[in-house]
Amino acid sequence: MATEDKPAVSIKDMLKREPILSSGHRMCAGCAAPTVVKLMGMALRGPTIVCENTGCLEVATTIYPYTAWKIPWIHVAFENAAAVASGVIEATKVMYSKGRYEHEHVDVIALGGDGSSFDIGFGAISGAMERGHDMVYMCYDNGAYQNTGIQRSGATFTGQETTTSWAGSKIPGKLERKKPLAEIIAAHRIPYVATSEPYNYRDFITKFRKALEVEGPAFIHAFSPCPRGWRSATGASISLSKLAVETGLHPLYEVINGEEWIMSGPSKRIKELKPVDEYFKTQGQFKHLFKPEWEDFRKRIQDQVTHDWELLKKKCGVD
Amino acid sequence: MSEKYNEIPMAGNILEPGNSEKYKTGGWRAEKPIHNNEKCLWIKNGTCGRCWIFCPDMSVILTEKDGKYSYAYNYDYCKGCGICATECPTDSIHMEKE
Ligand code: SF4
Ligand code: SF4
Repeated sequence: MATEDKPAVSIKDMLKREPILSSGHRMCAGCAAPTVVKLMGMALRGPTIVCENTGCLEVATTIYPYTAWKIPWIHVAFENAAAVASGVIEATKVMYSKGRYEHEHVDVIALGGDGSSFDIGFGAISGAMERGHDMVYMCYDNGAYQNTGIQRSGATFTGQETTTSWAGSKIPGKLERKKPLAEIIAAHRIPYVATSEPYNYRDFITKFRKALEVEGPAFIHAFSPCPRGWRSATGASISLSKLAVETGLHPLYEVINGEEWIMSGPSKRIKELKPVDEYFKTQGQFKHLFKPEWEDFRKRIQDQVTHDWELLKKKCGVD
Repeated sequence: MSEKYNEIPMAGNILEPGNSEKYKTGGWRAEKPIHNNEKCLWIKNGTCGRCWIFCPDMSVILTEKDGKYSYAYNYDYCKGCGICATECPTDSIHMEKE
């Protein structure tokens, strides 16, 4: 692709760029992940290679003999996009120095869903961050192993029902809390970590561009609603990612060098969080929480979210 | 796919970027989006474009020619999710049963 001086954040600039993902992919109707990829494309600055873990997006965009990707793309296994990206970066450097590759620099992006990023490929990400390869790792988080049949992952919210955290008479969905992946990656003291989601698309694109521009590894945690797994309306995906920000379930922030915490505009403008109930009401996977027997459990989730939000505000120096 | 085994690229590589366009997903649709020009901000002055930005299937087509803006859907691929209708700030899109 051509070299781009600036990311495209206005509709006029976006229309000038060729989307990096084409129509005809087989992601479910209303899945937000293709939109997340489209926004990522608006941030690119030149030749780019995408390395992707197994996941919905990998499977459904590349059903043989078709691919929806318009830029170079490689899939190897469920857990190793970060390792493959490390190899691609080092290999292209050597090939360039031997005159066997045309680009002195190519941006390398590793992509994974929450299953591969929070759980299966977690070690590979940690290793790549520690070794300091200049990549952007983006996790698109739809809150469970949606592709293999909606099993719980480290990213599944407390109280969320999945096929391995059934809500019944004994338990109200997943009991454990969500792994704070962005914070864990920030603890590697890498140059740039950010959380994002598609509704605030300017915020998304600007962050992705920063992630590409820093020297060294960067990590993006992008929220990505899933109508099939969540049992939500297909048309609601983008508004649900907005609601996840407004309820504090997916706050937007950046962490520079693991030290400097910055609350992003859309989260900073929140005077008071919306109750998590508003979010829970929109999805079948939380409907059991409104039964009288889980009233207390639901309140405890709210307390936890409020507590985490206050903690984040403190880290970001926001009151 | 009609290639013989020895015509398939090495390692099953797919050499044609974006060839998924040969696979039409419009048949998945139960409802279709219908657009009304009247209040649409793209038609008015070439701004907004939220339906285009958020459509997961690249099925909204916004074009400009000599300062005139036009609007269309690519129903070959639109899966009828309704995201465009939900996110339109001027209620210019509604969904209709197929
Ligand atoms: S209904 Fe969904 S797929 Fe169809 S044009 Fe609107 S956003 Fe795109
Ligand atoms: S979102 Fe609505 S107002 Fe904006 S360009 Fe699309 S149809 Fe027009």
